[in-house]
Amino acid sequence: MKILGTAAVIAGMLTSAALAEAVAPTAVKYDEGTVAMSLSGAAGDPVEGRNIVGNKKKGNCVACHQVTDLSDVPFHGEIGPALDGAGDRWNEAELRGIVANAKLMFEDTMMPAFYKTEGFIRPGKAYTGKAADETFGPVLTAQQIEDVVAYLKTLKE
Amino acid sequence: MKRLAQMACTVSVMAFGGAAMADPVDDTLILNEDITMVTRTAAPAHLEDAVDEVLSGWLFRGTETRAMQADDFDNPGMIFVEQAEDVWNTAEGSEGKSCASCHNEPDTMAGVRAVYPKWNEAAGEVRTLEMQINDCRENRMGAEKWKYTKSNMVNMTALLASVSRGMPINVAIDGPAQSTWEQGKELYYTRTGQLELSCANCHEDSYGKMIRADHLSQGQINGFPVYRLKNTKLNAVHARFKGCVRDTRAETYKPGSPEFIALELYVASRGNGLSVEGPSIRN
Repeated sequence: MKILGTAAVIAGMLTSAALAEAVAPTAVKYDEGTVAMSLSGAAGDPVEGRNIVGNKKKGNCVACHQVTDLSDVPFHGEIGPALDGAGDRWNEAELRGIVANAKLMFEDTMMPAFYKTEGFIRPGKAYTGKAADETFGPVLTAQQIEDVVAYLKTLKE
Repeated sequence: MKRLAQMACTVSVMAFGGAAMADPVDDTLILNEDITMVTRTAAPAHLEDAVDEVLSGWLFRGTETRAMQADDFDNPGMIFVEQAEDVWNTAEGSEGKSCASCHNEPDTMAGVRAVYPKWNEAAGEVRTLEMQINDCRENRMGAEKWKYTKSNMVNMTALLASVSRGMPINVAIDGPAQSTWEQGKELYYTRTGQLELSCANCHEDSYGKMIRADHLSQGQINGFPVYRLKNTKLNAVHARFKGCVRDTRAETYKPGSPEFIALELYVASRGNGLSVEGPSIRN
């Protein structure tokens, strides 16, 4: 009975997570570059976050950052700081703000904004070289941002 | 001892999954055991606030790639130079002329590559080498224009580059070319696309570093056209610009567009003093 009850609670959580309204990229509330609330309304999944950080077709964070925990993924770049210990250095709101739009905290950073849809010069349709069209969206979804943040929180020295 | 150091290096490379070995090499490019090329020199005056030295992309490539460019028998780009030599001597168009009819041997063109893009007084515009070739084809030969980055055109620019190898890039940025140069500079520092990256982000601020598996160079264009091991053909500089802009998740400019002509003049000027290397080998 207890197990059934737990299952019902989990099912309820999943439903409310699925129903929760994601914050639109244009409606994110930044406080000095930090974002306090979940963008998707749900918790992030660190396992999926790890995948996004290392996957060339997703976040591809390792293009610029070294991550010892992802040493199974080849070729880490060295443009930005290593992410080892990021979970010690930054709290969740800071990590969320940096991943969503790092330029609000670090004005001249080379780091792309992963949850932004406005203010670009010649935005394109992904990597086709063609102009952006009605399919244009942020590089990562609200839930993907949360997943990455959840993973980064696990990176402790 | 050296072996130990190498092993330690290998271990650290493995620890970070391949990043490392990021600095440009200390090496000298001697072409065909004859011409010593300038691959590293003091930055031109207009770049003084940005970088101290200008470095050929050759210094950022691996040992085998560098060796391949040092000998014309090993350089696959020279196959296309030979093809262009045949075209050079072939009459085309309503006037029954070939390139050779006016210019004789290709080596009479030594030095031309080094000063393009260049202001053309009669036309009142900055012209790339491709534009000048097409002007010859249309107005002197009465022949069809070539498409800007197609093989006939790229091969011919490779032939013209090859006879200037070892001569210093020396494009003029003042006088009537200055406004085009300024436009190119503006484009160089503009952060385009959804990733908001400028040329400078990678090639001025981050050269020498790894971006994923790529070793970022200064983005010099003294080696164009470039034979890329990646696509096993000669690549025109505007095609390379297009690929870079595309990778910022931007709507690109077109090869031959006023924007890329201006950008070519500006980027070429950042390499003033480096040797013409085309056709070079890159990955």
